[in-house]
Amino acid sequence: MNILVCAKQVPNTNEVKIDPVKGTLIRDGVESILNPDDANALEAALKIKDSFENVTVTVLSMGPPQADVMLRECLAMGADEAILLSDRAFGGADTWATSNTISAAIKHAGNFDIIFAGRQAIDGDTAQVGPQIAEKLGIPQVTYVEHIEIDGDVITVHRQLENGYEEIEVKTPVLLTAVKELNSPRYMNVKGIYDAYSKTVPVWGVEDLPIDRETIGLKASPTKVFRSFTPDPKGKGMMLEGTLKEKVGALMDNLKLKHII
Amino acid sequence: MGNINDYKDVWVYAEQRQGIITSVVFELLGEGRKIANETNSKLCAFLIGDHVDSLAKELIENGAQKVYIAQSPLLEKYTTDGYTKALADAINQYKPEIVLYGATHIGRDLAPRVAARVNTGLTADCTKLEIDPEEKKLMQTRPAFGGNLMATIICPNHRPQMSTVRPGVMDKAVRNPDNQGEIIKVALQLDASDIKTTVTKIVKHKKAMVSLTDAEYIISGGKGLGSPDGFKMLHELADVLDGTVGASRAAVDAGWIDHMNQVGQTGTTVKPKIYFACGISGAIQHLAGMSESDIIIAINKNPMAPIFEVADYGIVGDLNEVVPMLIETFKEYKAEKALA
Repeated sequence: MNILVCAKQVPNTNEVKIDPVKGTLIRDGVESILNPDDANALEAALKIKDSFENVTVTVLSMGPPQADVMLRECLAMGADEAILLSDRAFGGADTWATSNTISAAIKHAGNFDIIFAGRQAIDGDTAQVGPQIAEKLGIPQVTYVEHIEIDGDVITVHRQLENGYEEIEVKTPVLLTAVKELNSPRYMNVKGIYDAYSKTVPVWGVEDLPIDRETIGLKASPTKVFRSFTPDPKGKGMMLEGTLKEKVGALMDNLKLKHII
Repeated sequence: MGNINDYKDVWVYAEQRQGIITSVVFELLGEGRKIANETNSKLCAFLIGDHVDSLAKELIENGAQKVYIAQSPLLEKYTTDGYTKALADAINQYKPEIVLYGATHIGRDLAPRVAARVNTGLTADCTKLEIDPEEKKLMQTRPAFGGNLMATIICPNHRPQMSTVRPGVMDKAVRNPDNQGEIIKVALQLDASDIKTTVTKIVKHKKAMVSLTDAEYIISGGKGLGSPDGFKMLHELADVLDGTVGASRAAVDAGWIDHMNQVGQTGTTVKPKIYFACGISGAIQHLAGMSESDIIIAINKNPMAPIFEVADYGIVGDLNEVVPMLIETFKEYKAEKALA
């Protein structure tokens, strides 16, 4: 069984700060990490590799050359191979154009029974690239996967809903997007780290892929960023002072006075 | 795709589950009404399912001037393949200018697939929609980078313009039982072989809890609670207020409470009458999900916690003292009110 995992290197958004003067994002010094849902996607692939014979796991990422580090982390966790898609021509793409590049690369990389992706990346939070890759490969998708069972070429998954889940059966080939409830990603091990740096991670550019240049990158993207801005902070509220009893008393008085309760 | 001027009308994807229209649909109809007025076009709902005719009336009463219905036994349950085909074929046939979806687990599965099939743009999880007064194009604003940054997205040269809209953000349509509308049955070209997934079971979690999006009072806890036990007193306060318990991502990530309770950028967006933030520091990703609450009451032992920047009322103190006193005070208040 051949499994491909789509992974993205993202800034750790918990650490992103706003420049209070310029009102822009400060990305310098913010660490880059393997997108958390993608780590769950990789773990799901590695669990299948642990349980069955003849499973290969390939990780594919589109990003700047620095994403090589993240791909080696995936190799150190246990992936067999990694491929980096990196070319200025791919850059600035929205989800439609990104999925064109990635689906072309997947076709070029071989035949895969299962393609895993994270539900969404923490920098954009769109959750769109996974389904759009599936559409362009002409294969079914199941998103928000929180449980997987495999029996031959039939895969049974639980698809998370807001108030429960759906049990879904699907045959390979299929694209599944992982949520964090699916599993706990493993750590890299020492041998894995050693091996990861002895492997070659090929870098594919636009020339390496059978793809129409008119369908990729910023220029081909149907959506454009019109403007970006930092959210307005709300006006200052009231700090309640005094003893605990006075504070709670003042709170109740205010809520009653303003007819909130 | 032809001439973009051929595309008219505002469509709302009328998501239904087991014959019940999802509540975000009424928010989309509320927002869609404004957009249809500003673009001088019709507000339409697009309904997919089996035996769902009876839902059309509810959509019309909530402002839909046309209801398109795609019905088939093959569409009884939501499947990506079946619903994508029904909607994408209809978009190509009827050419709506704007299509809005709720950013639910179903909307976020369906919309990107439809967008890829009809080759147009899609903006995820929008919190604000506006029509640019000159060109009448849709301006779609959404948070990114965990709510640290807002971006306004446009789709200038492709149609339809499509957005998924975060539930709980837009105002619901005003229902009018006198509204009249047209019902259009959509011809389907759907075969069982088009659908590659089989839904074998739909399981609902047994939780007799008011949902976060519907709750008038939310009592949320964060890492400041110190342990999962801290949520017990929050549940007690929620019981007194007939509210529900929420949580910050930190508390969910620590495994103290289920992810269903998570409020914030990656959780649920809420706007209750009163939001109690107990031991929540106020990371931007959390604020993105609750800052629209009518009243925010923050309780934290750290006077410098960023949550106080957005709070209407702040109490610096120990949760283990403040929360029990709030429970007693609200109990007394309820008792007084019952007597009066």
